[in-house]
Amino acid sequence: MHDLIAYTIFGLVTASIYAIAASGLVVTYTTSGVFNLAHGAVGMFGAFTYWQLRFAWHWPAWLALLVLLGVLAPLFGCVLERVLMRNLSDATEVTKLAVTIGVLVALVGASLWIWDPQTSRPFTAFYAGNKVKVIGVPVTWDQLITIGIGVVCAIGLRLLLYRTRIGLDMRAVVDNRALVLLNGGRPDRASMFSWAIGSSMACLAGILIAPYLQLAALPLTLLVINAYAAAVIGRLRSLAMTAVGAIIIGLLQSYAVGYLPTSTVVWLQRIPDTIPIFVLFIALLLLPHQRLRGGATRRVRESFPVPTFKLAVIGSALLIGLAIVVGPMLGTQSLYSMSNGLALGIIGLSFVPLVGYGGQISLCQMTFAGIGAVVFAHATGSGNLLGLLLAFAVPAMVGALTALPAIRLRGLYLALATAAFAQFCDTFVFGLSSITVFGHKIPLFGLGSLPATRPNFPFLNESNNNVYFAVLAAMFCVIGVGIVALRRSRYGRMLLAMRESPAAASMLGLRLTTVKLGVFSLSAGIAGVGGALLAGLATQFTPDAFSFFQNLPLLLLMMAGGVAMVGGAFFGAVALGLFSSLGSVSSLFNRISALLPGLVGIGLGEQPNGVVADIAGGLSKLTRRGRTTSAPVGAAPAAAADVAWEWAGIDTPLTASQQQQLDLALEVGV
Amino acid sequence: MAAPLLELRNITVVFGGVTALDGVTITVETGGIHGLIGPNGAGKSTLFNVACGLVQPKIGWVSLDGRDITRLGPHRRARLRMARTFQQLELFGVMSVYDNVLTAAEIRRGWARDRSNPARDAEEVLERTGLAYLRDERADGLSTGLARLLEVARALVTRPRLLLLDEPAAGLNEQETGALSTLLRGLGGDGLGIVLVEHDMDLVMQVSSCISVLSMGKLLTTATPEQVRADPAVISAYLGTAKAAAQ
Repeated sequence: MHDLIAYTIFGLVTASIYAIAASGLVVTYTTSGVFNLAHGAVGMFGAFTYWQLRFAWHWPAWLALLVLLGVLAPLFGCVLERVLMRNLSDATEVTKLAVTIGVLVALVGASLWIWDPQTSRPFTAFYAGNKVKVIGVPVTWDQLITIGIGVVCAIGLRLLLYRTRIGLDMRAVVDNRALVLLNGGRPDRASMFSWAIGSSMACLAGILIAPYLQLAALPLTLLVINAYAAAVIGRLRSLAMTAVGAIIIGLLQSYAVGYLPTSTVVWLQRIPDTIPIFVLFIALLLLPHQRLRGGATRRVRESFPVPTFKLAVIGSALLIGLAIVVGPMLGTQSLYSMSNGLALGIIGLSFVPLVGYGGQISLCQMTFAGIGAVVFAHATGSGNLLGLLLAFAVPAMVGALTALPAIRLRGLYLALATAAFAQFCDTFVFGLSSITVFGHKIPLFGLGSLPATRPNFPFLNESNNNVYFAVLAAMFCVIGVGIVALRRSRYGRMLLAMRESPAAASMLGLRLTTVKLGVFSLSAGIAGVGGALLAGLATQFTPDAFSFFQNLPLLLLMMAGGVAMVGGAFFGAVALGLFSSLGSVSSLFNRISALLPGLVGIGLGEQPNGVVADIAGGLSKLTRRGRTTSAPVGAAPAAAADVAWEWAGIDTPLTASQQQQLDLALEVGV
Repeated sequence: MAAPLLELRNITVVFGGVTALDGVTITVETGGIHGLIGPNGAGKSTLFNVACGLVQPKIGWVSLDGRDITRLGPHRRARLRMARTFQQLELFGVMSVYDNVLTAAEIRRGWARDRSNPARDAEEVLERTGLAYLRDERADGLSTGLARLLEVARALVTRPRLLLLDEPAAGLNEQETGALSTLLRGLGGDGLGIVLVEHDMDLVMQVSSCISVLSMGKLLTTATPEQVRADPAVISAYLGTAKAAAQ
């Protein structure tokens, strides 16, 4: 009984922290429509800042808390809302998420830059060492304080939302943003306020949990997964149910630590960390089927040209030729970096059909790549090419199983489920030496790393790094041309139809769940093949190369290139290769290269189409300059003149004289 | 007696505390145009959403050819050859006009598993709806009127038996409305069952063989256009207000 009370109290402590974090997440999501995946990263940055103020500069705790939670954090939230999030109202869900991922990566990069991760930073709890007995159980003051803060936050948030004018505005914005505006309300102010609150609550959660987790960037950043697992129980809307979710997760975790026989069964040791993920998946299964809504189609800024075979084939020939010629000229380190970039580019290609065509989001492609690498390493010690088929098939099946609970729900839930799955593999599966399924022992990472094998291509000496570089280029091209063929096929059009209007596609007889599951499996399979090829770059590979966090810069750079284009994946590949080359030059470049993908992601809010699509769009505009089809066909001429410039991607309409100058300069119609 | 093509019986839909539809019963027969009119907020689009499965009624049932389809999802109903257009456009914006229709034909072929030629079907429907000259334009570049016509074309290419048209004439000019009227009468003559929600009274009165009037979520009457024109309840709830405004 004594133990039960102790574990319950500890469970309530963690539940309070999760509830604070999750409530902040829910408040910002409901009022602004942007799900902030950087919520944990904001908390992490807040905890580090608190450490700086409190322990490095020896400020009194009350002053540090006041400055951080009362000034810095809300200010940061306001700036985020004003500079980034407010501009995302006409962006797709993919772009919205990508921008918050950009913030996450940038914050982690910045924190690693500012606070050297090699240095130990003791982070003592409030009134550490003081204890009091509750029902005969010794409880530390900080634990009581944490529970108290959790309760105060819950009551405070309730009062704020239901008893204040700004709270009324915030709730009204949730219901109908446009209506608030029409009635003289200020939805932007409500959004900004909610981001300020969300940011403060994230920081508070970060400060409260830091003593239990140690002050390290990644574990604190990943707190967001525990928070949204609780929030999903409240369907990302209800604060009361979110608190219930937090209590369930906190208590289950605490009881798992206390009562699972972890000393005798080693693999059970990691189970407590995975409990939020289990809760999330169960919650997803129990969520009611999402109703398809009409009116979803609106002009979004994301737009990609249809690829042509001719361009794909010419591009492929050029790339392979370039790889053969340039490979031998590169130094060992540069060759490794560029090969690494190309292999990551192949994994990045898996985003093209899934994110680019289908409009679905996955944050666990690197996990599938890891599964592909493990399968290939174990299936073929000698590098038999058939192993690549297995490296495709097994992740494809795992991908289908992962997506199944969330596939009938909105895209956001799929993104959350995939991030949780990646985290589950990081904390649990990849840490096991083997797993046994139906009596079959399936080896995993053994003692922590696996010997890598390169696929054995006939007539090629793939053990030569230059040859392997060309092989990677050729594989990139083969898969790339395949994806172009897919886009031009019936299936590609179906994917696009699903992305553009799920309601209309469904009303034509398309079973959306099957299409989503299919494209998710295909993309997981491609990632698996990429993973097998990536692992072959070194003699050994470890799970670290395929961790959840590795997904984020990859996704961001692919989107920066243009996520619906094979050329975009190539851009991402080259960028990753260059970043990796730069990173090896000096520690300064290393820090910059950790920060850059985040900044690129933040920039996606302004340029969601990516570099390659913008270039292609620009070129096609130049070649079609003489045509007038960019005007809305069938509309009155006056309306055509008003709208055409927007559609051409120009910020302000060209005047007649500017148009004339442009025509003269381009020799159009001369 | 053969079962009606579509039957919506005692449909009640509640959104939060608002009763959007209250015990509405409507029957649609094959080979005619059934007009559905009512002031804004009367529940017309909600009734469409119930018919095609995008909204589940709290009470009531939906049947197609006598078969209960109340619990079937939208894609299953589409496969029973029910098609619709949307009041708020739901085109595949980044695709060309031709690809919009082609994709619909391909999806149809996928579930119909017949030997139809989607490309030829798409061309034929574009010709019939008069959109052929725009085949390579991007769908989100069309004016509202033409976009609505494209939605009709996309629905037609799935060879429906029942076509639900949600304000297809909104945004059309007089000439285009005339062409739509001719097209609809032709389709009705082909034995297709059509339900038409429309605010253009002239069009509804011209083409409908039967009209149902909704007001505040309730069915006021179902009758011929002439009877509806003369119905005092309709005049006071709907047409009457328009007349008063005109005076």
